[in-house]
Amino acid sequence: MGTFRQSVEATIPALRRYARALTRDADIADDLVQDTLVRALRSEHLFHGGDVRSWLYTILTNLNRNRLRSLARRPILSPIEDNDAPDLAGPEAGGRDIERALATLVEDQRNALLLVVLEGLSYREVAEVQGVPIGTVMSRLARARVQIKNYLDGERPALRRVK
Amino acid sequence: MIDRDSPVTEDELHAYIDGELPADRKEAIAKWLADHPEQGALVASWRAQAESIRARYGAVGEEPVPERLKLEQVLSHDRRNGRSWAAMTAAAAVVAFVLGGGTGWLARGVSAAAPAGFDVIASEALDAYKLYVVEVRHPVEVPGSERAHMTQWLSKRLGEELRIPDLQAIGLKLVGGRLLPGPTGAAAFYMYESPSGERFTIYCAKAGVSQTALRYTSEEQFAAFYWVDDKIAYVVSGPADRERLESVTKSVYEQIDKSAAKKL
Repeated sequence: MGTFRQSVEATIPALRRYARALTRDADIADDLVQDTLVRALRSEHLFHGGDVRSWLYTILTNLNRNRLRSLARRPILSPIEDNDAPDLAGPEAGGRDIERALATLVEDQRNALLLVVLEGLSYREVAEVQGVPIGTVMSRLARARVQIKNYLDGERPALRRVK
Repeated sequence: MIDRDSPVTEDELHAYIDGELPADRKEAIAKWLADHPEQGALVASWRAQAESIRARYGAVGEEPVPERLKLEQVLSHDRRNGRSWAAMTAAAAVVAFVLGGGTGWLARGVSAAAPAGFDVIASEALDAYKLYVVEVRHPVEVPGSERAHMTQWLSKRLGEELRIPDLQAIGLKLVGGRLLPGPTGAAAFYMYESPSGERFTIYCAKAGVSQTALRYTSEEQFAAFYWVDDKIAYVVSGPADRERLESVTKSVYEQIDKSAAKKL
């Protein structure tokens, strides 16, 4: 039990990072991590060995999917400045570009990409987290990379080009 | 080593930058890329994407963990708020599922196996339900109009601060309550009635454990949901319509949960 909790605790910083990239909102991300921890601790006894880290990523990924589903049922209020804000120069602009590019991805593709490039999970581990074959993980990754490249290369929403 | 014409698939290029290839194949692909600038540029763009993502979010993993996400905080917060109804019913489903499997679902301090005496409380409660629910003239000792007095009296007799749930919102009027002898000492018993005369009762008694999962029991015409929260056993009994009883139980549970949260 001690080791289980220790493993959970050691994973919290990584979970925050993954959640932040997934949601691109600090508060929502930490809420998600909190819910993940509560779930994990409550079902501690459901956990029969294996990799605690992968299991936590799985819980977080699923909770985020549920969150997006319930959001989809409500009208989405997106901040107006998202399209109107002038692009800043410098590294901040690059950060915002990748953020917007990530936002255009399909959820499963975003999960796969972030788990691989940000969290350093192997294809096999991502396949476990997503509950799909490795081949599916690879095609999600490939599509995510194409989509991000297109976005960064200028295939942006028409609104932005009009400006 | 692959030769110059050996096909390199796009999948392999992804695996290459994600460190999924064995060392010798990796080397071969590095060489191949040097001769194929177009694919080389593509791979470089993927690498740049990964770099941007890490540059944007990597630092979050280095931040100190906020207080509310520290494990101790999460644990005590979870205890304080009790369990959500969703978690309770989910647990009930799992309990039903694993019984006989021997695994038993265990949440924090929640025992899936019925502690000794717990089922006895439920059966006493159901007996009380059957006895008083048919009573027309004297179903209760104290009428529902004297809620405040009844709360004080029953709390004193049980030695626990009780709240009598208000179920008006789901169309159930408090008929009143009474004191009963129970397996663990005094028990409080409240009766509610719908406009069509359907009756539900809540039975509260001190329990030997601090928390249990939600359980369900039914007889031919009656059924009950029961659980222990904060050392008090609650039994919600009513006609054997599981869905209806579950929704009544949910209201009861949420009010008890709320009043427990207020206490802290």
